[in-house]
Amino acid sequence: MTKAFKRSDGRKFDETRAMEAKVGVVPNANGSAIFSFGDTIAIAAVYGPRKMHPQHQQDPEKGTLRCHYSMLSFSVSERIRPGPNRRSTEISKITEWALEPVLMIKKYSNMAIDVHINILQANASTRCAGINAAALALAHAGIPMKDIVSSISIGKIDKQLVVDLNKDEEDWEEGEGSTDIPITMTADGKITHIQLDGRITSKELKEVIELARKATKEIYEVQKKALKDSIKNIK
Amino acid sequence: MTKEKIERKIVIPGEVIVKGEDYLPGEGTEKKGDELIAIRYGLAEESNRLVKVIALSGIYQPRRGNIIIGKVENITFYGWVIDLDSPEGAFLPLQEVPKYVDKDRLNEILDIEDMIVAKIIGVTSRGIDLTIKSRGLGKIDEGIIMKINSNKVPRVIGKEGSMINLIKKESDCNITVGQNGLIWIKGNKIGNELLVKKAIMFVSEKSFTHGLTDEVKKWFEKERTKNKDKIDKIK
Repeated sequence: MTKAFKRSDGRKFDETRAMEAKVGVVPNANGSAIFSFGDTIAIAAVYGPRKMHPQHQQDPEKGTLRCHYSMLSFSVSERIRPGPNRRSTEISKITEWALEPVLMIKKYSNMAIDVHINILQANASTRCAGINAAALALAHAGIPMKDIVSSISIGKIDKQLVVDLNKDEEDWEEGEGSTDIPITMTADGKITHIQLDGRITSKELKEVIELARKATKEIYEVQKKALKDSIKNIK
Repeated sequence: MTKEKIERKIVIPGEVIVKGEDYLPGEGTEKKGDELIAIRYGLAEESNRLVKVIALSGIYQPRRGNIIIGKVENITFYGWVIDLDSPEGAFLPLQEVPKYVDKDRLNEILDIEDMIVAKIIGVTSRGIDLTIKSRGLGKIDEGIIMKINSNKVPRVIGKEGSMINLIKKESDCNITVGQNGLIWIKGNKIGNELLVKKAIMFVSEKSFTHGLTDEVKKWFEKERTKNKDKIDKIK
């Protein structure tokens, strides 16, 4: 029974797909970044802080973060209808909540910071890739932040917990059914966002958080490297 | 006891710059326990125990005493609304104009779309107040205006104005650099003005290079020989 668990793409249970990150990819934006988990690629662009429009949404007490998540029509094999839908509206809101705790935008009163996240290619964990790219883009735009957040999805294949699900694993219905838990954490391991799709015991959930803590550390290193390398390139 | 100077390094939000009680938190940093952490992306620098982060990106932060260049956006009963190309609007009140103003003919002094050089006399939560009651301030009547990233203004000016003085000397033009990133160039020949524009673009693109002033000197020499060749060809 001690046979090592192996996944369909040959990864270990706690191994993420190959990650890649780069900042400064959208010249017209104030800050931008691209982040990928294997075949899942997200691109984020930050505009602002700029005057909030419509004016009635202005908040004189603090700045506002607005996220727009969108999957491009060619990002999946079957073309999806472009434009906002129920799912993308929800993910936009979730992304805002995941990022807001680290932002220090109180002084930007009556202003909005717009974050546009586009999924170029999707193979599960798109919201996590989107949050990772958005965090990088916000830092690149010079927005004051307490920390950088990193996001990862943890899933369950039958009884085994696995890190960074791909589409096949996400849809794995055999055994105990499909479970997907996206988690966002700061660099020092505080959770800013956690979702659960499926079923899990509280004991397993603790393991999930430990796995996420380890994985987000790896992601953080990738993000850190991307930000530091962008200046070397200019030199 | 004298501590070693910290080297200039790139920091990302949440990164620890130094540990210990020997340093004071400056702009872009925060104290967390006994650590100094960066709250924005940029270059960390230390002088006289004060640690600060020099921003490389982000919008223009208006400060009292800054010289800026703006465009008249609107005329009210009490003065002019000025657009600084930043999210906050600025206001130039009637009293801050150094001559008699007929209250019914404000547009004779400054009309909509006119450009001015002004100084910030106050930044409040309600807005920015300007004055043109000083030498070198007032309406711009001729020349070229160009825009660069406001974070690159210190590079264009150089240490104690070394860079801007070099460009002025080489091109024989009058240059006013607004802290908000707008630059007014006025020379007696349009060719010289365009040369300055090119030079400033060169500086802002290469802003991370060491010994940039010398490089700009070389650049001017190269441009000059290029121009000579062109003239010779025509002859």
